[in-house]
Amino acid sequence: MNLRFDIMIPELFLFGWAIVVLTADLFFIKEKKNALLYMSQFGFLAAAALVIFTPTGPNEVGFGYMFYNDTFASFFKIVILLAGFMAVSSSFEAVQKSIEHKGEFFGLVIMSAVGMMFLVSSTELVSLYVALELSTIPLFILTAFQKRYLKSSEAGLKYLILGALSSALLLYGMSFMYGMTGTTVLLAGSITMLLNSANVHYGLVLSLVLVVAGLGFKLALVPFHMWAPDVYEGAPTPITSYLSVASKAAGLAALTRIVYGFYTVGTAAEYWGILIAILAALAMIIGNFAALLQSNIKRMLAYSSIAQAGYILVGFVAASQLGLSGISIYIFAYLFANMGAFAIVVAVDHKLNSDRIEDYAGMARRSPLIAVCMTIFLLSLAGIPPTAGFIAKYKVFMAAIENGTLFWLVMIAVATTVVSIFYYARVIKEMFITEREVESSESKWILSSPITIAILVGLIGTLIIGIYPEPFLELASTVTQSFVY
Amino acid sequence: MDSSILTILTFLPILGVILIWLTGKENHSMIKIIAWAVTFIDFVLSLYIYFNFDAAESGFQFVYNVPWISHFGIQYAVGIDGISLWLVILTTFLGWLAVWSSWTAVKDRLKGYMVSLLILQTGMLGVFVSMDLFLFYVFWEVMLIPMYFLIGIWGGPRKIYATIKFVLFTMLGSLLMLVAILFIYFKSGGTTFSILELTRFCVTLPVSTQMWLFAAFGLAFAIKVPMFPFHTWLPDAHVQAPTAGSVILAGVLLKMGTYGFLRFCIPMFPQAFEQFIPAISVLAVIGIIYGALVAMVQKDVKSLVAFSSVSHMGFIMLGLTALNMQGMQGSILQMLNHGISTGALFMIVGMIYERRHTRMIAEFGGVFKSMPIWSTFFIIVALSSIGLPFTNGFVGEFLILTGTFGVAPVYAILGATGVILAACYMLWMIKRVLFGELTKDENKNLTDLKLFEKLVLVPFIIMIFWIGIYPSTFLNPMKTSVEKLIGDVTKYVKHTDIENEAEAFIPYNPHEPQTEEHADVRH
Repeated sequence: MNLRFDIMIPELFLFGWAIVVLTADLFFIKEKKNALLYMSQFGFLAAAALVIFTPTGPNEVGFGYMFYNDTFASFFKIVILLAGFMAVSSSFEAVQKSIEHKGEFFGLVIMSAVGMMFLVSSTELVSLYVALELSTIPLFILTAFQKRYLKSSEAGLKYLILGALSSALLLYGMSFMYGMTGTTVLLAGSITMLLNSANVHYGLVLSLVLVVAGLGFKLALVPFHMWAPDVYEGAPTPITSYLSVASKAAGLAALTRIVYGFYTVGTAAEYWGILIAILAALAMIIGNFAALLQSNIKRMLAYSSIAQAGYILVGFVAASQLGLSGISIYIFAYLFANMGAFAIVVAVDHKLNSDRIEDYAGMARRSPLIAVCMTIFLLSLAGIPPTAGFIAKYKVFMAAIENGTLFWLVMIAVATTVVSIFYYARVIKEMFITEREVESSESKWILSSPITIAILVGLIGTLIIGIYPEPFLELASTVTQSFVY
Repeated sequence: MDSSILTILTFLPILGVILIWLTGKENHSMIKIIAWAVTFIDFVLSLYIYFNFDAAESGFQFVYNVPWISHFGIQYAVGIDGISLWLVILTTFLGWLAVWSSWTAVKDRLKGYMVSLLILQTGMLGVFVSMDLFLFYVFWEVMLIPMYFLIGIWGGPRKIYATIKFVLFTMLGSLLMLVAILFIYFKSGGTTFSILELTRFCVTLPVSTQMWLFAAFGLAFAIKVPMFPFHTWLPDAHVQAPTAGSVILAGVLLKMGTYGFLRFCIPMFPQAFEQFIPAISVLAVIGIIYGALVAMVQKDVKSLVAFSSVSHMGFIMLGLTALNMQGMQGSILQMLNHGISTGALFMIVGMIYERRHTRMIAEFGGVFKSMPIWSTFFIIVALSSIGLPFTNGFVGEFLILTGTFGVAPVYAILGATGVILAACYMLWMIKRVLFGELTKDENKNLTDLKLFEKLVLVPFIIMIFWIGIYPSTFLNPMKTSVEKLIGDVTKYVKHTDIENEAEAFIPYNPHEPQTEEHADVRH
């Protein structure tokens, strides 16, 4: 047993910090509870700094193969921590208004991030499953946190039941994998070696379908997406944003670990390529078309995030170095744009008590800067230059075209992107074009500083990756090292 | 200076955006002055390029490139040749006048309006100077955003429908183009997006591949031109857009489609282009006649001008299919002409709309009596749009028809009916609006043009007669570049050959043996 606590320092720190935040709650008087928010912000940033300084590489494996700190893991940890940071920052208004147990709220967000960090580092089925549960159980609670709000409770319950179901499916699939290979380790194509000798093909397909279904729930892939719009709508908005980015990134990392880990990347595509390609196509089609019909911006963003998962999977199916780094850059771009957009949704919800798209009317007059920021985030989600989303889509399309057999998928991606522009543009239209009488009482909005930080981080990330993507592309291409092609 | 001038030219409007952003929202005159000054300096800079442009050089000039995203071999590479030179100047010219023409027309949210116009200008200039396919695509897409706002915010009653339709049409085409760009990138080895290198590579592709790529690029450009049957966004966008938006849209944005054909489709996929020539010619001719016929029955002056654009853009496409000196030069010149004439028409229509708040032909009649100066401008510009000799339209259309007649007389003859139809709809409209009895009271009290309105229109009039009387100023700088383009393309195309083209009007028969005198005219 190689007990490598040193490569686990960020996780251990953050876990400890969650306890600290929970405990600190007891010592602050009601008026001073904002300090908890700043503490959580600090925790996420400090953990991110620790992640950067923690060594990565093929030798950084600990606890059997349960914990592996490669560049892939640390990249996703940064994404998760940034998402956590932005979610916590954007929760300032929401927490003051409708969250009662503030210490638990922040503590659970941090705890969930710890689970996700373990998840992306797991190269072994058992630790992967445990980490997955650690990351989702806090989210069930967080979703239902506004307990006096009926939709929130409903969302929490739905999420819990479907989450449990998906975990069961996942576990079932994992048990097949273990049974057939005799190993739970997900390194270096452990199944590919067996494939030639033993006739276990169909069993593996079955196990893979179950695993994909299980993780499909977490990723809100069509047809496992039914919970997402309800949960996204009901959950407190900062949690929605956290769910839509961090949880998706972690789920994607788990899928990558399992599928690319059990197979080598190339052979994997032969077995599961078409399955995931179909899921990607469905996600893009259903996600985008359903988003067209939404009048609530949180539901619209929920469907849009379902569609975004589809675009990510296009890169995944391409099964190449380019594809994997495409996924990474996509997640990164999606992080900034989506978290930024949700931060603005929180702000609007706070000021207007409404999530309806039509209530965004006249925003450009009232607070032009917010309207411009929102526009940039939506353009990034739609993939229009010069934003991060364009670079990301570009790279994912690139990977699929390089693959050569995925033209049909690229065509679907292109067509649905056009559809997506329609609904993103609708929000822009409301903000800039639709006229609305602004009441005199609605003076210019002053946003709290944490939420302003969240919006700024999103804005800067979106524009920098969009205009000078070079360093991020370099970073994303190192992420793919630890997989065998 | 010479290497960075194109960068300065392209991004100067962004500087203007920053300055305007720093200005107070209510400080309208300051905003207008900044926008005016920036676009004017931009125009002067483009003239500097013209005076330092070496007409004998066929390749790109003022070239500047630095690695941008070296991960994919993407460069920030800009340059200009005889083909893009005039389009750049046209852009800065119209950009400047568009700002000027909005002086009194736009009062609501002026800041955003000027910002949109300036960003749009950067996008347009970027498209024309890019020598890197990725860079080109970025600029191509960036333009959409300000245009969306220009039509959407300051447009007419059906602005939302028009702007969404415009964006969706354009996006559909450009995303397919993106796929094609990426395909070429990988086929060529995945090291560069340089237009020159990819062009060298693409011509070696098998014809069947070229056909697909041509279709993907061509669709994006055909939507932008717009060629029949992809033109349906155009009347909506034109009619709903504010005056300056229409001017830019007709004057520059449409040219991007034809420029795309010239820069990408034709030189990159010459063999595919050869296969597509009949289809493009037929669509161009349909566009010419259809556009003219529909223009004739319009009740709204602005939509009449919009449909006349469909017709005129058909001429430009027809000239390209001729693949000879006259056709090509005629097309490029006609791009300029159309930008000037139609731009001026939209401004003139905008001026009367500001006074009367209607553009319905039936609402007017006898306006010449109350607004003689405006009417004179209107008549001159309308005649240039028809293509009267000594105006710019004549030179362009004549060259195009001559060029086309050499290779496909039938199309030339059919196309020529477009000129006649243009005379019909324009003159008929002029008659109904300007002449006859001054019956309506509202029209009796119209005030004629103010000084600044005259000043805006005068540059157009100068250009109309300059091109009409001495087109060599405009034809000479583009000559070597066009020759090179035709030379490059005809290497791969059997159906015409530059050596056989003569300056004069000589019906060309490909089966006829070459004669000496034909062969040497160009040398």
